[in-house]
Amino acid sequence: MDLRYSEADERFRKELRAWLDDTVPGHGTPPPYSDWDARRAYDTGWQRKLFDAGYAGINWPRAYGGREATLTEQLVYYEEIARAKAPYVGVNFVGMLHGGPTIIVEGSDAQKQAHIPRILKGEEVWCQGFSEPVAGSDLANLQTRADRDGDHYVVSGHKIWTSFAQCADFCELLVRTDPDASKHGGISWLIMPMDADGIEIRPLPTLMGEGEFSEVFLENVRIPVENRVGAENDGWRVTNVTLRFERGTAFASEMYHLQEILAGMVELAHRVTRHDAAAWEDRSLRREVGHLAAQLDALWAMVKLSVSETAKTGMPGLGASAIKLFYSGVYQQVGELGMRLLGRAALSREDIDDLPCQRSIGRAMQSLSLTIAAGTSQIQRNIIGERILGLPKDPKPMTAGAR
Amino acid sequence: MDFRVTEDQEALRDGLRAFCDGRVPVETLRELERKPEIDRTLWRELAEMGVFSLRVPESDGGVGLGMADAVIAFAELGRRLVPGPLVWSQLAAGLVGGAASGEAIVGGLDLVGHPDAPHLVEHLESLDALLLLRPDGVHRVDPAQLSAKPVGTPLDPLTPVHHVTSLPEGEHIAGPDDAARLHLEGAALAAALMLGIAETTQEMATEYAKSREQFGRPIAAFQSIKHMLADMFVRQEVARAAVWAAGATLDDPEVGDVRRAVSAAKATAGEGAMRNARDCIQIHGGMGYTWEVPAHYYLKRTWVLENVFGTVADHEERVAALMAGD
Repeated sequence: MDLRYSEADERFRKELRAWLDDTVPGHGTPPPYSDWDARRAYDTGWQRKLFDAGYAGINWPRAYGGREATLTEQLVYYEEIARAKAPYVGVNFVGMLHGGPTIIVEGSDAQKQAHIPRILKGEEVWCQGFSEPVAGSDLANLQTRADRDGDHYVVSGHKIWTSFAQCADFCELLVRTDPDASKHGGISWLIMPMDADGIEIRPLPTLMGEGEFSEVFLENVRIPVENRVGAENDGWRVTNVTLRFERGTAFASEMYHLQEILAGMVELAHRVTRHDAAAWEDRSLRREVGHLAAQLDALWAMVKLSVSETAKTGMPGLGASAIKLFYSGVYQQVGELGMRLLGRAALSREDIDDLPCQRSIGRAMQSLSLTIAAGTSQIQRNIIGERILGLPKDPKPMTAGAR
Repeated sequence: MDFRVTEDQEALRDGLRAFCDGRVPVETLRELERKPEIDRTLWRELAEMGVFSLRVPESDGGVGLGMADAVIAFAELGRRLVPGPLVWSQLAAGLVGGAASGEAIVGGLDLVGHPDAPHLVEHLESLDALLLLRPDGVHRVDPAQLSAKPVGTPLDPLTPVHHVTSLPEGEHIAGPDDAARLHLEGAALAAALMLGIAETTQEMATEYAKSREQFGRPIAAFQSIKHMLADMFVRQEVARAAVWAAGATLDDPEVGDVRRAVSAAKATAGEGAMRNARDCIQIHGGMGYTWEVPAHYYLKRTWVLENVFGTVADHEERVAALMAGD
């Protein structure tokens, strides 16, 4: 039960911190959400800097150009990225955390050569075509059809929640290649070039009115069969390789960053006045801050325990569901605290009187997606209940026929 | 960094779990109910397991382990609601002769953490020594010299209490630094006991929900129950991480802020135990509200532990004060 980082970890931290201190200030401020060209340039530019310095793909194998850092070095990496307020993975998210790792594990040599180096250098941006209007939590219910026509698939369907569609070069696409097979049995995983004919992107504004994601309509899009990753109809297994990455340490940096956000709120609570005194004089507010800080400390200790276990067993544990469920809930509470600190200033999304309205409101509203995306909190509770506690599965819904 | 329990710690945990399962089953708790005296045989057996001498250096006849090991041991004692002033007697090992060996049962009052509270002393009739934590240091009082009135119906049937009307000054046996240290260590050990409670109540509720059938299926199949159990599991894991981190930080203060780590542990384990004990009663339904089902013991012990070495609210305020540099 040792929390002390090794000397090698601390050397890694020192080098990384020096590099971040030199590099982060020169990268400028993030462009507005709506400017996709600028966002792509900003995020991929940062990815290139990471690559040139040898920090790209911190968890990727060396054979594929990654850093292949130890798990404790990865924790140090996430701590330092958060501390330096370095840019996040941004538009590189799907390529670095989903598409790339899936191709590394399941792709052909040609697919690896075509995509892996370019993703790592920030030359290629990916988006994800998994969810559909009828396939959310029940992802395997997806209906997008891919019919074989010679050495092509002809794909038609409707994808939703596709982040970065406007600026992506490729899409990791789940399609149904055998409509007669079982729900999980007829799915394939394709690499779709986003410049193919028949793709229509319709931005789907978030509750903040921002174009974070889109609907993607596919009409007779022709995708070469050689773009299939894994065997035909084996896409569900390939997908689960991908989904495991999403529930690993992907959000470690954001988790650590929450500590800094909360510290910022302590500072803000000293500045804003409530009933003729600093808000910080309010004991219930101080308790709330202390409550959240204690929870964040516990969260980071959970991450350390999970990483320690993964480092020894090589397998991420089921505890990732507990971490994701807990983290997303705490994040929302921190977001809400920020809103209450703003008080009536929260009526404005633009900064007023030196108050961080834009950032605080953005954070509070964006945090609402955390309990929905990557497996809703309800799904996480089912996973914990059924796979960890061994509770019986939900009864099958009764159908008219079954009665 | 490897935050997992070591093999030695696993052995310590397994040994204590087997001991408690065999020696303090729920039937024993029922027999001990409302008995004013601690079972001295059980106490000496706990001492032989190293519960009190755990952190006494080997050169002084102890086990020579640290707080990380102590929190693992105390989580096991918490799981079985082992009665008695466990925390005080371990804190007293090295300060009061006979505490480490189990010959002396030592209790205490934390006037650092609870300066304004009525002076309710736990297990007074069994005590050979009483420690008082005051800001100026640790004081030792002879329990026989106290004017105290037994409380007829204590909240926890396994924690008898006396109301002490006037508290003597006592013998000054250690300074303010020691008093502050004992307060922190006491908070971490109490948090560990509550971690054990958070775990057991989750396990009790899970087992019951799997076996109890209504509407033709186990109630655990209903999401309303399943999701409560999942939340109980998360609370237990949150508490575990915080309590272990407090133990590791007390042993190696350079890895973090000791005061913050201890407060985070007492706050999260306190919340985990309280809410899990309450949900355990809820999931047991009507039976959970009876004396027969032992769920109420866990909630009542949690209230005892909530009110030692600082409450959840106290520790949350302390974390906030540390953040603000107050």
